[in-house]
Amino acid sequence: MMVLICGLLLMLIGIWAMLIKKNIIRIIIGFSILDTGTHLVIVAIGYVKHATAPIVDKAVNISQNAEGGIQVLGKVVDPVPSALVLTAIVIGLAVTALLLSFAVRLYKVGNSLNINDYEELKW
Amino acid sequence: MIKYLLVFVAIIGIGYIFLPFVMEFSTPTKLNPLATSYVQGSVNELNMPNVVTAIVVTYRGLDTLGEVTVLFLATAGVGFLLKRKHDMVNHRRKCSEILCTGASLLTPLIVLFGVYIFAHGHLSPGGGFQGGVVIASGFLLLVMANISFHFSHNLIHFSESISGFIYVLLGLAGLVLLGANSFLDPRYLPAGKWLDIVSTGAVPIIYSIIGIKGGSELCSVIDSLQHGGTEL
Repeated sequence: MMVLICGLLLMLIGIWAMLIKKNIIRIIIGFSILDTGTHLVIVAIGYVKHATAPIVDKAVNISQNAEGGIQVLGKVVDPVPSALVLTAIVIGLAVTALLLSFAVRLYKVGNSLNINDYEELKW
Repeated sequence: MIKYLLVFVAIIGIGYIFLPFVMEFSTPTKLNPLATSYVQGSVNELNMPNVVTAIVVTYRGLDTLGEVTVLFLATAGVGFLLKRKHDMVNHRRKCSEILCTGASLLTPLIVLFGVYIFAHGHLSPGGGFQGGVVIASGFLLLVMANISFHFSHNLIHFSESISGFIYVLLGLAGLVLLGANSFLDPRYLPAGKWLDIVSTGAVPIIYSIIGIKGGSELCSVIDSLQHGGTEL
């Protein structure tokens, strides 16, 4: 529950930074914070009370059932959000790299990192 | 001033959207049926201890394929935006003694650790993406330590494209060998012993391929960013 609230707060901080900051690098940092907050929220949704990581080893109780299959008795957290976050982190890294290269390109073209100096899309 | 007010209203609005979600959320005390069936299926059908890997590689394998595509697109975008020239001058200064010595000691160990992570992805925490990122961080250390270090573009592009190709081929092998509705199903290879490194069908191979793919993509990002600062 705490993790969920912290994640949502981080998302709000990230959105705030993206909207209010003038420096492009700071906007990208804001995006990064938003990204991290989203990851925290997704992981918090998948948490189960007093559960361990979804890796079936000695820490998780297992038993053999009648057909010879393994029955997992111990509590594990929901593995689906973990898998989603796993992929989302790598995508976040790649998207951040893409944003930074946009920033480099913009600096070369306009010689400024201030977002107010780029008025092409202003109305 | 009006802008700050608008931003304030927007933040409050987004917070208000989240409010019912936070109010009605309570941490569940038991697993939902879908996750339970994933856990049971991973242990019994695939013989795999790490359920997250079972989901990433097998049950949601198509998502992972799409994600590798997104990674490729982002890398291609970085490479497109930061084109490099061949006769560029390097403005960086020489690395300090600590960095040079540390890099020569640590880089092989970091790369080896990355290989360990993606080779054991089906048994312990870890997997292809994490291993690839660790390998790329080892190469980043190497780039920072040596001014004259250059990535071989042919090697990066070759390993990138060949690993993506093999990944799709391994997925298609499931379709061919196991029949319809089994794209990226790894069970065409024997399941092996519980907790054995060569087990769980084709999962270690697929995850190693993903690791090589991710590692080479990120190495090419590092390469573009390294050379991008010197020319337009």
